[in-house]
Amino acid sequence: MTTRTLAVVSAGLSTPSSTRLLADRLTAATVAALRERGQDAVVEVVELREHARDLADAFVTGFPNAALRAAIETVTGADAVIAVTPVFTASYSGLFKSFVDVLEKDALTGKPVLLGATAGTARHSLVLEHAMRPLFAYLRAVTVPTAVFAASEDWAGGEGAGGELAARVDRAAGELADVVTGRPASARPADPFADVPSFEQLLRGEA
Amino acid sequence: MQFGVFSVSDITTDPTTGRTPSEAERIQAIVRIAEKAEEVGLDVFALGEHHNPPFFSSSPTTTLAYVAARTQRLQLSTATTLITTNDPVKIAEDYAMLQHLAGGRVDLMMGRGNTGPVYPWFGQDIRDGLPLAVENYALLRRLWDEEVVDWSGRFRTPLQGFTSTPRPLDGVAPFVWHGSIRSPQIAEQAAYYGDGFFSNHIFWPKEHTQRMVEFYRRRFEHHGHGSADQAIVGLGGQVFVRRNSQDAVREFRPYFDNAPVYGHGPSLEDFSRETPLTVGSPQQVIERTLGFREYVGDYQRQLFLIDHAGLPLKTVLEQLDVLGEEVVPVLRKEFAALKPAHVPDAPTHASLVAARGGAVDPTVHAAGDDVTGRTAEEVSA
Repeated sequence: MTTRTLAVVSAGLSTPSSTRLLADRLTAATVAALRERGQDAVVEVVELREHARDLADAFVTGFPNAALRAAIETVTGADAVIAVTPVFTASYSGLFKSFVDVLEKDALTGKPVLLGATAGTARHSLVLEHAMRPLFAYLRAVTVPTAVFAASEDWAGGEGAGGELAARVDRAAGELADVVTGRPASARPADPFADVPSFEQLLRGEA
Repeated sequence: MQFGVFSVSDITTDPTTGRTPSEAERIQAIVRIAEKAEEVGLDVFALGEHHNPPFFSSSPTTTLAYVAARTQRLQLSTATTLITTNDPVKIAEDYAMLQHLAGGRVDLMMGRGNTGPVYPWFGQDIRDGLPLAVENYALLRRLWDEEVVDWSGRFRTPLQGFTSTPRPLDGVAPFVWHGSIRSPQIAEQAAYYGDGFFSNHIFWPKEHTQRMVEFYRRRFEHHGHGSADQAIVGLGGQVFVRRNSQDAVREFRPYFDNAPVYGHGPSLEDFSRETPLTVGSPQQVIERTLGFREYVGDYQRQLFLIDHAGLPLKTVLEQLDVLGEEVVPVLRKEFAALKPAHVPDAPTHASLVAARGGAVDPTVHAAGDDVTGRTAEEVSA
């Protein structure tokens, strides 16, 4: 059975965090959807709160420290990414963007990504479409069509709002699982310089 | 193995006094630092090139020629020479001239520069950084190695029948290192020519330096210059040393915390763990520096950054005293004992002259190129 790696990036700040709660729901649904398609999943969670200072240091020094490097490699080496941010001042949070800013520009090219966001009210829900999706489009990631937004009211139990959230989570997870299963398993490159052009190519201007 | 210091020529406020030296003061200080490096028995002094404040060193050959006149043994180098925005013809001329005046005690380290506006100020585009480094260096090599050059390329006006003067001393061009923090293409360039590769080392974790040096060594062998462990490697390092380790940390911390490059970020302790920065006793510096060999192999040149971030001249000279008296003699002995016989030392003018079978008088009299028989007059007629 093929085993896929799911990297889960959560930018929630409080404990417990509704952002992490949504991330966990999306993850559980994706693992289940993969299993339905005959594939196993390994989940690796990156809680950005734990890297808040590492990120600030990386901006100042120009390089990520060992802890942040491990988090970056978790995300860039995964078969798929579930990325969830709280909405701060009409957009993804600064912490979330900070993490995206330390990724190499090609690090997520072609990577299947499921987007999620949380906020106190549903009035922010289009942040997923006017901020999150363009950000990942710039990175040339493959975002699945359904992005999942959860406002406070969505956490109400029973039918109604809560049921709709569960349906959106399942639909998004199914879309992500479909994209992932259609692809070869992601191999972490053994030689980071394998595609450096030869000097003959450099001289011909093929740098 | 060669040991030395390199300076970026920054004029920075001393955070402990609030005092900023004048350009005049800092320029005199750098000359004193170079003289002192020779006095305490170091081998190399390397100077950066910048074209914007807070740096003074826009014209390294002027400074290095003056230092050459005031020293006897010191090897003079750059850190780095901007191969992207300087005209390679002017680099060929300036450094051949310096090589003559310094009696051959000159090598260069090529770099692309990391200040965006310098490119447009010199009529270039930063997006061409890599192709500029490749093309300009290819031309520079020909200007030194061939007497009469016909050339056309993408970036510079073409040359027909051009002879760069003065010709390199004894017919042998200065040795060249290529410096890069991030670009494996530059390691490939160094390997292709059999030139040295210098890893800045001080602003990145050691795993990164290790990968770049390993790649350079592998490509050096691929291009037929010798085995991978014979490739010519230099490393940067950053130290602040006092006889007592706690004194070193207490004294250096305000300079670290306010340093223009990495200040206001990680703690001194975090940065020391992540990078080669070593703040402590002579013994700590010795142990850490010997440890570099474990991840880059036997290497040829170790340069320390000791004069940045507003450190006063008096302190820098004290650093040189400790390096010269207590650190470098031990490192020299320990590294030499570990180095296998087939691993070469860093090339010098004498070793390069010997390798090509002795000195020749390379002077080009107007009579013409002894390879093509052509003269500049014939070509232009």
